[in-house]
Amino acid sequence: MSEKVILHYFNARGKMESIRWLLTVAEVEFDEVYLTTRDQYLKLLDDGSLMFQQVPMVEIDGMKLVQTKAILHYIAEKYSLYGKDIKERVMINMYSEGLMDLMEMIMIHAFVSGTKAKLDDILTKAKERYLPVYEKALSGPVYLVGGKLSLADVQLLECTLMLEEKFPAILADFPNTKAFQGRMSQIPSISRFLQPGSKRKPQPDEKIKKTVMEVFNLTNLNLG
Amino acid sequence: MSGKVSLHYFNGRGKMESIRWLLTVAEVEFDEFHLTTRDQYQKLLDDGSLMFQQVPLVEIDGMKLVQTKAILHYIAEKYNLYGKDIKERVMINMYSEGLMDLMEMMMILPFVSDTKPKLDNILTKANERYLPVFEKALSGSVYLVGGKLSLADVLLLECTLMLEEKFPAILAEFPNTKAFQGRMSRIPAISRFLQPGSKRKPQPDEHYKKTVMEVFNLTTLNL
Repeated sequence: MSEKVILHYFNARGKMESIRWLLTVAEVEFDEVYLTTRDQYLKLLDDGSLMFQQVPMVEIDGMKLVQTKAILHYIAEKYSLYGKDIKERVMINMYSEGLMDLMEMIMIHAFVSGTKAKLDDILTKAKERYLPVYEKALSGPVYLVGGKLSLADVQLLECTLMLEEKFPAILADFPNTKAFQGRMSQIPSISRFLQPGSKRKPQPDEKIKKTVMEVFNLTNLNLG
Repeated sequence: MSGKVSLHYFNGRGKMESIRWLLTVAEVEFDEFHLTTRDQYQKLLDDGSLMFQQVPLVEIDGMKLVQTKAILHYIAEKYNLYGKDIKERVMINMYSEGLMDLMEMMMILPFVSDTKPKLDNILTKANERYLPVFEKALSGSVYLVGGKLSLADVLLLECTLMLEEKFPAILAEFPNTKAFQGRMSRIPAISRFLQPGSKRKPQPDEHYKKTVMEVFNLTTLNL
């Protein structure tokens, strides 16, 4: 008997967005409680809701889960998006970790008033280090691992959409990945998520950056 | 049928050290290939051995595994150090991710020019954010999750030893954690690993830093 899933985070993508994607693909409904003031954050701290004083925090199955990767693996395993055996799982995890590294670069860039050099670095890494891996894995197969939709596929879709927001033509040299994106986008729950009015969050703006700084009482964003 | 496990990394702790710890606790023997020159790295790249052009790389069970966390979870699951069900696994993962965040702060210190503010931050975070969690989890429990040794326990031991190298008295306020450390250190495989001459790597030095910079052709470490 599952109660409602509740997400605690900023009204923004950040580290929670991958979790929103995964819940959506798993067709799990969720509510969101947005952090907008420092007082709200202090209350979460005082309640003992945040294991390491950090968000994301996801209330699910009677638990208060923190740490993005722990949460993603829980959801993936629970909803059968995590491979059928240990070897499939390690492939999924390798692909996922690479994608999360790349998405983190994009995420940080938005917050640290990135220089052009940083954006160039992201483009280079995407084209030389990451996209070729997925392009090769998708020559033939419909999904990345085991012929079945998994966490890795969800993150590849999320990541490639984020990349296209910065570099619109980036998938021109990666036709398998582009075709994969097309197939994934047709999955009904994903198709709905990509429509306006869904729980998908827009790209971060100055307002969200200010909110994060205020909530965490930061004078600068010491990321990492 | 398992072949030998081979690790490809620098002759230093870095991101590979947690993997060395876990293999040791799982009593899995391993060989190491140490990266010392750019040419060696180039060869690994040209061979297609590194999925994302990065190390750690671990050759195990016919696969070339990369990405530290993917490798740790594979070893943990294979050797029953990963809980008995999904709820135990998420507890192990939450604890592990927190510990790896803290260890990463210490890992980058050799590459940072002004270490004092970073060390202060690590001490504060350790004392206020991380150690209290494990101290509480260990009041009454021998291990962190499910009454059984897991990945989380191995990482907690590794992390607290690293902390004590920087802040020798840090566990004075955390008696459960200190006692945990004592218990863990007596496990034979761990006890041997803590002796001189084991595969445990020493703290990083200038030589290690230089090697990393050379191998990756870096003028600065953009951390």
